[in-house]
Amino acid sequence: MSLDPATVRRIASLARIHVDPTQAEALRHELDSILGWIEQLNEVEVEGVAPLTGAAQMALKMREDVVDDGGYPERVLANAPDRAGNFFAVPKVVE
Amino acid sequence: MLDLTIARAREGLRSRAFSARDLTEAHLGAVRTLNPVLNAYITVTDELALQQADAADARIARGDEAPLLGIPLAVKDLFCTQGVRTTAGSAILGPFVPPYESTVTANLLRDGAVFLGKANMDEFAMGSSNMTSAYGPVASPWKRRQDRAAVLVPGGSSGGSAAAVAARIALGATGTDTGGSIRQPASFSGIAGIKPTYGRCSRWGIVAFASSLDQAGPLARTVEDCAIMLGSMAGHDPKDSTSADRPVPDYVAACRRGVAGLRIGVPREYRADGMPGEIEALWQQGLAWLREAGAEIVDVSLPHTKYGLATYYIVAPAEASSNLARYDGVRFGLREDGADLRELYERTRAKGFGAEVRRRVLIGTYVLSAGYYDAYYLRAQKVRALILRDFTEAFRHVDALVTPTAPSAAFAQGENMDDPVKMYLNDVFTVPASMAGVPGMSVPAGLDANGLPLGLQVIGRPFDEETVFAVSAAIEAAAGFDAKPDLSLLAA
Repeated sequence: MSLDPATVRRIASLARIHVDPTQAEALRHELDSILGWIEQLNEVEVEGVAPLTGAAQMALKMREDVVDDGGYPERVLANAPDRAGNFFAVPKVVE
Repeated sequence: MLDLTIARAREGLRSRAFSARDLTEAHLGAVRTLNPVLNAYITVTDELALQQADAADARIARGDEAPLLGIPLAVKDLFCTQGVRTTAGSAILGPFVPPYESTVTANLLRDGAVFLGKANMDEFAMGSSNMTSAYGPVASPWKRRQDRAAVLVPGGSSGGSAAAVAARIALGATGTDTGGSIRQPASFSGIAGIKPTYGRCSRWGIVAFASSLDQAGPLARTVEDCAIMLGSMAGHDPKDSTSADRPVPDYVAACRRGVAGLRIGVPREYRADGMPGEIEALWQQGLAWLREAGAEIVDVSLPHTKYGLATYYIVAPAEASSNLARYDGVRFGLREDGADLRELYERTRAKGFGAEVRRRVLIGTYVLSAGYYDAYYLRAQKVRALILRDFTEAFRHVDALVTPTAPSAAFAQGENMDDPVKMYLNDVFTVPASMAGVPGMSVPAGLDANGLPLGLQVIGRPFDEETVFAVSAAIEAAAGFDAKPDLSLLAA
């Protein structure tokens, strides 16, 4: 299977990464070669195998459902590229 | 003073042969000389280091014997450090100053460590050469005997950590390992490094790459020094639900256990196409050393080894595409303005991410997208289960596995850059243990014909780092590896 330019544009759009049209073909070629190499997994017989989601071979711990941190907006906003009061600011979304 | 191990430096500090300030100043002086050549540190924190050294001297004067009191370390720039810029090697985090401290670095500070600065790394830990850093590549302090002009890579992604430790501008360093990022640079740089069991160290405050694989671990010049550091780094943390709530054993004691009576497995699939004969020979030598030390060598099979890398390059990018969604120019990091919010996201991410990170986010997005999820991601998770089953089966018969760490010695900057898949093959021997979540350590075992270090990898059962340390220490003792890079060749 080979990636077509429309699929590359769709993935880039889903990933919210702008792709310069002059670089799109080079990128398509790179992604295609990686995916082609990955195709080797089709050789493996996986019928009836339960998928492994993580490496933690233990039951994850539960904790009390309580608020135990927070209440310091200045620290939270210290790295904001733009702010308005105690909020993160972005370009206007709704006209 | 720069050539000391952590263990010896500790004795010197406790016996007042020198102070923590002396030791830190000596390291900072060497950093000033060598870092312009190596680029091992992105950020050097001189003033903070001296404050921490003075605080350590005060604790030593009070008779405090915390395990890392006054020991100067480098911290991979993936660990958030409160008030100190943390970039993850990426332009998108260029302006980021964390308001909190990662659990692992907080544990090291609790035990008295001095942080010299933040070590360079592949961007978001994606790479095997340190060539993908937005802050420039790291030069290995090692040189080929026959070609001293070539600048070699230290490996990656913990390349700055490995170069700093090898070049004697840190006694040890923190690293992280997702598919080999501690073990491969340790092997390339002639030092030791361990990726502990998944869950042994808290991931809280470590910039996430692939959350089901990422683990923190130490790089240092001896196996025992790694044991000292891991003892401080490890432990349960309520802030990471995947961190294991079990006691941290005495790893230093484990280094002295010996290997008599242990069964050591040799996986027959760990042979790469084009692997130099020297690596095969060193592997056989390592097994002979262990046999002489009283271990029994047993052939084992890990039949899904050859699928490890392809599985990894689905699972890790999938998790990365999800984890890296947070870099959108809104709450922290770089922002590139756009006409609307969507354009702001797309331009920020295009500008802030380098080529390798972009590639992996796009691959991850693709394998998780509607219509492809089952064919790629779900299939990869099933193969991952088979890889784990291979290890579980092998560990019914043996106590540890010994393999080469990497299929080559260090290569030069610019090599393996023409094809992403070629670079990925570096991790062929380290990725399977990552997929299974089991501990793996690289220990320097010899030099190739060019005078470059080669490492052997020891893999253990889940949460049995003690046996990994015992076997690694036995290889280290038998190898008597004492080669050092010739720092006089590194004139700026």
